[in-house]
Amino acid sequence: MTDTIHLAPPTRAVPIPAATPRRRISAWLSTHPRARLALLLSAPLFWLGVVYIVALVLLLVTAFWTVDSFTGEIVTDWTFDNIITVVTGSLYQTVTLRTVGIALAVTVIDVAIALPVAFYMAKVATPRVQRLLVIAVLMPLWASYLVKAYAWRSVLSQEGILEWLLAPLGLSTPGYGLTATVITLSYLWLPYVILPIYAGLERVPDSLLEASADLGGRSWKTIQHIVLPLAMPAIIAGTIFSFSLTLGDYITVNIVGGTTQMLGNLVYTNVGAANNLPLAAAIALIPIVIIFGYLALVRRTGALDNL
Amino acid sequence: MRLGKSARVTLAIVTGFILLIVYVPLFVVLVNSFSTSTSLTWPPPGFTLEWWVKAFQSQGAMAAVLTSVQIAIVATLISIALGTLLSLALQRFDFFGRSVVNLLVILPIALPGIITGIALNNFFRTIMGVPLSIWTVVIAHATFCIVTVFNNAIARLRRMGINLEEASADLGAGVWTTFRLVTFPQLRSALLAGSLLAFALSFDEIIVTTFTAGAGVTTLPIFILNNMFRPNQAPIVSVIAVVMVLVSIIPIYLAQRLSGSEQTRR
Repeated sequence: MTDTIHLAPPTRAVPIPAATPRRRISAWLSTHPRARLALLLSAPLFWLGVVYIVALVLLLVTAFWTVDSFTGEIVTDWTFDNIITVVTGSLYQTVTLRTVGIALAVTVIDVAIALPVAFYMAKVATPRVQRLLVIAVLMPLWASYLVKAYAWRSVLSQEGILEWLLAPLGLSTPGYGLTATVITLSYLWLPYVILPIYAGLERVPDSLLEASADLGGRSWKTIQHIVLPLAMPAIIAGTIFSFSLTLGDYITVNIVGGTTQMLGNLVYTNVGAANNLPLAAAIALIPIVIIFGYLALVRRTGALDNL
Repeated sequence: MRLGKSARVTLAIVTGFILLIVYVPLFVVLVNSFSTSTSLTWPPPGFTLEWWVKAFQSQGAMAAVLTSVQIAIVATLISIALGTLLSLALQRFDFFGRSVVNLLVILPIALPGIITGIALNNFFRTIMGVPLSIWTVVIAHATFCIVTVFNNAIARLRRMGINLEEASADLGAGVWTTFRLVTFPQLRSALLAGSLLAFALSFDEIIVTTFTAGAGVTTLPIFILNNMFRPNQAPIVSVIAVVMVLVSIIPIYLAQRLSGSEQTRR
């Protein structure tokens, strides 16, 4: 072993950057993370805060104002009249119950359809088929909402394809109404329910399913005790979509619902034709309260991280 | 769990059947756009190209497409800027109220559109006294588009880690230089995927648009809604629908390619 003297490799002196104002700001920022954070957050928080949160809070406030019946102008007198009207009015009670009923029916139908499809996609199909199925489920999502609702108007019409298919069997199309609304809304939100459930089922490790089988668990027992509990947050995430989207809808029900009214229709009429924004705001509080209640109910399941 | 062959086949058949039903309405629209019937009669009584010719000559439809594209482009640009800033703030920093900010970003899409719509309508008209115009639509669309850009960007930032950015800073790059030369190039494809979604979301939006569009601002969904119930316009709506589904293949293809290239890179 010989001692050798290691010479430092030749280095090139890097010139110290000139202390331009830009450089100084940059140097200051790199040692002040809080300032960086403030700069990053200021614009988006200003936007979301001013445009969205202020708008939501003011909507809440407007619900306590009233409209002058002669001038149509909004009067900023504080009153509970709108809230009382909405809570006690039989029209609002009926429509609220109907809307919640439709939302529940749509959610149940979508979950019942989505579970087998998502299970097949996540656990049975080969990787190639799996990719194709994901595309097949995603495709209708990109087709316009109105186009799809309109397509169902055509399918369900008295001269439509459904009547044509069912007539030989002695059946007929449900026509436009409550049933048509439930069918169309279920159709519209189905991809939003399938995708989170599929993602949730894919995260269930196969090894657990095999372990269950090795321990003698039948398929059904495995699904009941392993798959469903693990996939529950994802299923609930899916129901948030179908439930929330249905609660606010008024266009689908206009297109295929005949004379059926949902909460959205009442809000829409009061903003537009009736020109009673305070009452519309009071009605809009119903879905807000229901959804926040539902979110609070399911928060502990961890569903909100699956959205 | 070992599914028997019959269970697997049953599941495959159920899945296939459901997907078939999913595509039937879209197929019916395609056929109707060539039908001589104006009342959506099935089976179609005859074949015609009349509606396709009329649709492409319809100035209302063309103007509506242009309006929608303009709104979607501006709203997407705003949401790219705000979504990127938010994702950097929420991924690279830990601060008090972080989960509240997170909820704030998701809220415009989690609450039904009619609530966002009526809240903004009230805000613009009653509180601010601003007349509704094309710009109020842009503001409303940008608000709920932020989340798509944000989701894509924050997922990418999480995967990227901070090693390269720290190396860049150690080598003397300033804050802006590091973002321009290190962070942004890695973020680019995620931002593109997010902005495609934002564009599609804005282009298709109808409920919030109805409440925030000024008189004379006709986006494509508003045009469709206005013409859907007019007998002589309904088949033209079918044509527009078919064209929209066909055009949507471009973003689907791009999105698939983007996510595909990411899978191979991993």
